[in-house]
Amino acid sequence: MDAAKDCLKLKTIDDAIGMIKKGSRVLIGGFGNAGDPKKLIEGLCISGTDELVVMSNDLGSPNEGLGKLLSNNQVRGLIGTYYNWNPEVATAYNEGKIFVELVPQGTFAEAVRAAGVGIPAFYTLSGVGTEIAKGKEEKTFGEKAYLLQEALKADVALIKAHKADVLGNLVYYKTARNFNPVMAMAADLVIAEVDELVPGGELDPESIVTPHIFVDVLVLGGGDR
Amino acid sequence: MKPLAEEVAKKRIAWRIAQEFNKTESPLFINLGVGVPTMVADYITNNQVFLQAENGMLGLGPAASEDKKDRMLINAGRIPITETPGCSFFDSCTSFGMIRGGHVDATVIGAFEVDGEGNVANWIIPNGKQLGVGGAMDLVAGARQVYISMTHCTKQGKPKIIETCTLPITGHGEVDFVVTELAFFRFEKGRLLLEEIAPEVTLEELKTMTLASFSLSQNFRVMPVPG
Repeated sequence: MDAAKDCLKLKTIDDAIGMIKKGSRVLIGGFGNAGDPKKLIEGLCISGTDELVVMSNDLGSPNEGLGKLLSNNQVRGLIGTYYNWNPEVATAYNEGKIFVELVPQGTFAEAVRAAGVGIPAFYTLSGVGTEIAKGKEEKTFGEKAYLLQEALKADVALIKAHKADVLGNLVYYKTARNFNPVMAMAADLVIAEVDELVPGGELDPESIVTPHIFVDVLVLGGGDR
Repeated sequence: MKPLAEEVAKKRIAWRIAQEFNKTESPLFINLGVGVPTMVADYITNNQVFLQAENGMLGLGPAASEDKKDRMLINAGRIPITETPGCSFFDSCTSFGMIRGGHVDATVIGAFEVDGEGNVANWIIPNGKQLGVGGAMDLVAGARQVYISMTHCTKQGKPKIIETCTLPITGHGEVDFVVTELAFFRFEKGRLLLEEIAPEVTLEELKTMTLASFSLSQNFRVMPVPG
């Protein structure tokens, strides 16, 4: 592929995964098997890098996708929203093997965005009066109570996009977009797995969702869109 | 009365809620939870009703047939769905911005329990096997109206509309409507009002199956049911 020669950000999966240090806080995109960076996750499992704090919506299914990181004992903790699709999470938590911080999904997304745009914390109405509110500062604005949520920053983000141009501008595919553009803003090192690399100027500037300023490394994925 | 067959009960609940949305004369944006709430879509006949999914889509079409399935086009219950003309995709922040910002007119969710103060419990049964909140708390707090769709009692016959929730709640005082196969309730200023009662149940019977106290609405009537 010609575009590959011109792309300074393109790395192999192994080289990209090699940049992730033990104990890192890692944001990983995806929602229910759509939009998770499958090749990067596979690479991370093979690498054996452990003590990771995985920040994602869910953790795939048992021993599948992101679930494999847990089966491999590479996880120190989870920050995310919904682990009912992978019962091994509750088991590992009950056995004291990992910590789990449950965050309402909208709060999670916004906390990641906040980290990416220089906002240390914000107030939200989600979860007021529930168990999630325990230990969180509550403040009233107008007549309503809100909870303080701190931004969720990470060392690394592993995201999935449909196409990248050689600079690293990204476009997405249908509901595989989900958390990916948000996570692209919120980590020191952002690695994007894409199905296709196209020459510079080929993507319509009006259609670019993630501008390349946010993207550090590109890898080619399996083409599952 | 004899309990309704489960399928009849589910269809009735979904159909009844859909009739509320079908009344709209202006664009109405609805988020449907998993299970019976998803069935509401089957009875929407008004083209001004638009479905939103919190994983980042507005304008959801029906579930995809086997040959049209695309694993990257799913609803929040991971079911492959289809597009409609004018649909759009967006990131999770924008999606929950729609919800939290009050742009989504209503959400329909299932529940384990609802209590007399409008609290709903639908996210966890503490049994050590589940760990997940998902978008439930954001939807309950953010959507302008919250519809609870559930069978009136558990399979064991235990009432689900109770005095005070015993399970961890999803939202505090957020419920606007409760629709079961036997009744349609509305919360008004923190009071539970019975709007409609199903044709085959008496008020006395309903009271024995409803532990939260309620009053009769001024518009109290027999609940319309699908033919």
